[in-house]
Amino acid sequence: MIAHSIFFYFFSLITIVSAIMVTVSKNTVHSVFFLILGFISVSCLFIMIGAEFLGMVMLIVYVGAVAVLFLFVVMMLNVAQQGNEIFQNSRYTHLPVGLIIGLIIFFELIIVVSGWKYKPDIISSNSINFDSNLTNTHSIGMVLYTEYIHLFQLSGMILLVAMVGAIVLTFKKRSGIKRQSYIEQISREKISGVSLVNVDSYKGVKIDD
Amino acid sequence: MWIATRELKSMTEIGLQHYLTLGAIIFTIGVIGIFLNRKNLIVILMSIELLLLAVNINLVSFSIFLNDLSGQIFTFFILTVAAAEAAIGLAIIVIYYRNSGTIRVENIDSLKG
Repeated sequence: MIAHSIFFYFFSLITIVSAIMVTVSKNTVHSVFFLILGFISVSCLFIMIGAEFLGMVMLIVYVGAVAVLFLFVVMMLNVAQQGNEIFQNSRYTHLPVGLIIGLIIFFELIIVVSGWKYKPDIISSNSINFDSNLTNTHSIGMVLYTEYIHLFQLSGMILLVAMVGAIVLTFKKRSGIKRQSYIEQISREKISGVSLVNVDSYKGVKIDD
Repeated sequence: MWIATRELKSMTEIGLQHYLTLGAIIFTIGVIGIFLNRKNLIVILMSIELLLLAVNINLVSFSIFLNDLSGQIFTFFILTVAAAEAAIGLAIIVIYYRNSGTIRVENIDSLKG
């Protein structure tokens, strides 16, 4: 129990510090790296409290895909040096409003968290989804492909739409490059490609094009 | 899962409240990051990722401590949506940078009128 609490405070401290560094760091590349650090420590927390599958999936999706995507964009756009200059900018006027709203949200959340009295039977109530004999991944798989199959396929559609959208948004037509046009190739008729000519004897064919 | 059967009260025993407080802190940092950012649009997207991360922490901790898998399934779908949102947002940032040459937040004011 002591080890559990020590590890919880360790990982959550790393998470909070890296979240702060994401927002205040001057270099955008450093922000991305601190984002990666925060995601790794949160997935360690997930693994620690028993959600192993989600911890691993978070490592794969966030660290392996999303953060690398952020890094690519930061490199491509050459904006690494124009990071945050919150505290230097004298024209800056959003600081008090942002701090006030953020602190109000924080205290509201804390009031909700600490003032909530749980029903005594809520923890002991047995859910149909939960079986202590199975592993976490096994039990997620048992419900994900049966009860939640429609939502699962719908999330696949969301990913497909996002992929198509990202490709369409960033696709740039360049002039002066020879490209293969499928629609022109398919819609080519016999008339435009082939012409039959009656050739007179001993005169040959005059090709005029 | 063995944590769920205990009464969790003291400082050294980590309960649901600790995880919810961690989620609240990260959510607040994300909101403040969106408000305070004036330089770079990419950092705003990263703050949105922090908000989704805080929501994921809340869902997973509720799911573990209440012995219900629905929270973890929901976190799964939030992961999907977050990845899609990051891809679309970064694509929009790339084409905005291509068109206007900057993604500084204070220069993006073409809708100001």
